[in-house]
Amino acid sequence: MTEKTNSTLAAGAATTRSRLRAGFIKRDLYGFAAIVIVAAAGYVLFPDNLALLTRIIAIALLVLSLDLVTGYCGVATLGQAALFGSGAYAAGILSAHYGINDPLLMTLGGIFAGAVAGLICGIVMLRAHGLPQLVLSIALVYLFHEFANKASSWTGGSDGLSGIVLDPLFGLYEFDLFGHTAYFFGVVLLLIVFTLLRIVVRSPFGMLCRGIKEDPVRIRALGASPHKAVIKMYIISGAVAGTGGALSAISTQVVALDALSFTQSAEALVMLVLGGTGSLFGALVGTVIFMLFEDFVSAANPFHWLTMVGALLIVVVLFAPKGIFGTVQDLLSVRKNTTGETRP
Amino acid sequence: MSAVFEVINLKKAFGGLVVTNDVSLSMVAGDRVALIGPNGAGKTTFVNLVTGALKPSSGEVRLRNEPVTRIGPTGRVQRGLVRSFQVTRLFQDMTPAEHVGLAVLQRTGKSAELHGNFLTRPAVMEEVYDLLERLGLYSLAHRKVREIAYGQQRLLELAIALALKPSVLLLDEPAAGVPQSDTGRIEEALANLPADLAVVMIEHDMDLVFRFAKRVVVLAAGTIIFDGLPADVTKDARVREAYLGSYANAGLNA
Ligand SMILES: Nc1ncnc2c1ncn2[C@@H]1O[C@H](COP(=O)(O)OP(=O)(O)O)[C@@H](O)[C@H]1O
Ligand SMILES: [Mg+2]
Repeated sequence: MTEKTNSTLAAGAATTRSRLRAGFIKRDLYGFAAIVIVAAAGYVLFPDNLALLTRIIAIALLVLSLDLVTGYCGVATLGQAALFGSGAYAAGILSAHYGINDPLLMTLGGIFAGAVAGLICGIVMLRAHGLPQLVLSIALVYLFHEFANKASSWTGGSDGLSGIVLDPLFGLYEFDLFGHTAYFFGVVLLLIVFTLLRIVVRSPFGMLCRGIKEDPVRIRALGASPHKAVIKMYIISGAVAGTGGALSAISTQVVALDALSFTQSAEALVMLVLGGTGSLFGALVGTVIFMLFEDFVSAANPFHWLTMVGALLIVVVLFAPKGIFGTVQDLLSVRKNTTGETRP
Repeated sequence: MSAVFEVINLKKAFGGLVVTNDVSLSMVAGDRVALIGPNGAGKTTFVNLVTGALKPSSGEVRLRNEPVTRIGPTGRVQRGLVRSFQVTRLFQDMTPAEHVGLAVLQRTGKSAELHGNFLTRPAVMEEVYDLLERLGLYSLAHRKVREIAYGQQRLLELAIALALKPSVLLLDEPAAGVPQSDTGRIEEALANLPADLAVVMIEHDMDLVFRFAKRVVVLAAGTIIFDGLPADVTKDARVREAYLGSYANAGLNA
């Protein structure tokens, strides 16, 4: 039955291996470069609007975190902002109540709180599937919201959490009024998170999660527990969302209840679908397009921007179900294949 | 020789319908058992019960003398009880290499690692290519599953099961849905299964059963009505009665 000898097998394996590794690194570098270029372009084109750009980065982290559980694991959720808001409040409370004003420590606090919130939400969410799961996610974000509202001595309730003070970043860079430092900080955070997530999504664990999304029964038949894996992904997702929350608290120096809202969760899902689920680039593209669209269209026509967003979403869902990024990628790969290049 | 796999008085009813009725089975290493029976006899349900996908109403399942009835499906796989599916369950967007790689990683406790794609891990890949080669799938290693023929998908199901290094393998109609021209490859793969593996194969094709099995178990309406040598099964009056009028009768007479 053996047509090939073991040595040719091994040689084939080695070449495939190095080709694949080179491919991964190339794509990572492209992604990294794309973020840097877009970030630099934003800085040059909108120097007066760095606050918006920083907010886009914070929300992009939220949408990335949503992609991890929805796009990669198939968990339906409309409550992802619970993780984002937990990170924002943790970072804000560290400064406002404990005088821990170091932006790095505040970010770590946000990451930790997001991860804990992720663990809690993951455990609750996995009690159900499908529609009941979706309803649970909505219930969770309302509970988090209500909790933050009631604990007003900690969170400022509906007035929002203020009194956040920031030490200079690395003791060197003041958080200036124009938001230069915050923007730079956000871009670096995004690059770090993006690189780590690239590693995670193509790791054995990432592949396991893709399998769980498609067929948990199959995964169980391999002897792996889908439950454990998804909880683990929820914790990672929480850490990512918490990073975004912390960035939001640091850059605006306030935390509003909106950070924990159902609306924010739903918008994040819209952005993800717009860009394309199950791809990190999709999450980024969706966020940037949605938020820029929101900013420009709502400035041009404050009454009808939601109509426009609705129309855009309908067009994407009906005609480009893989999202904007997924569709463009498909078109490009079709062209590539017809020009004779093959993918591994 | 001591039993690697034992099923003792297994019972299951869906509402009032008894689908598994007091089924007992004992196997030693290297056993080749064909589990046959008319459609709806409860063969797939039997597989679901012993693998833990379904909870039995009563009875016990043992692996190497350890009761596993209270252990979940993943725990049983980890203890060496592996199944394949009657209808292929594969990930359409993944490649055969990824499927088998995932199984190898899972078996070696590395499927939850957060770094390093398995395709770049020499030890894993060596095993993956070796298994794919043995099943004639080497040239398809990096094609998407959706692009490969159904017969090859069935072979991939086998490769995945073998990657888990089972001690007991339950094959639910491994040749189901495969065109006649491709069954040869599957039969060859079945003939080359590791010698010390205990195999239960559910199959309708009697030619395949006779060539593969050293022992035949016949299930009818949830009850084992025959457990013996392949040579005796067609002579058995109760078996003939159970198959009477069903399409498999033709196969039995052949
Ligand atoms: N989940 C279920 N609920 C109710 N009845 C079921 C269920 N699964 C199987 N059955 C019934 O159990 C019987 C045996 O089914 P099955 O084990 O699939 O048979 P086989 O694999 O031998 O063709 C059939 O009558 C089927 O309708
Ligand atoms: Mg069946």
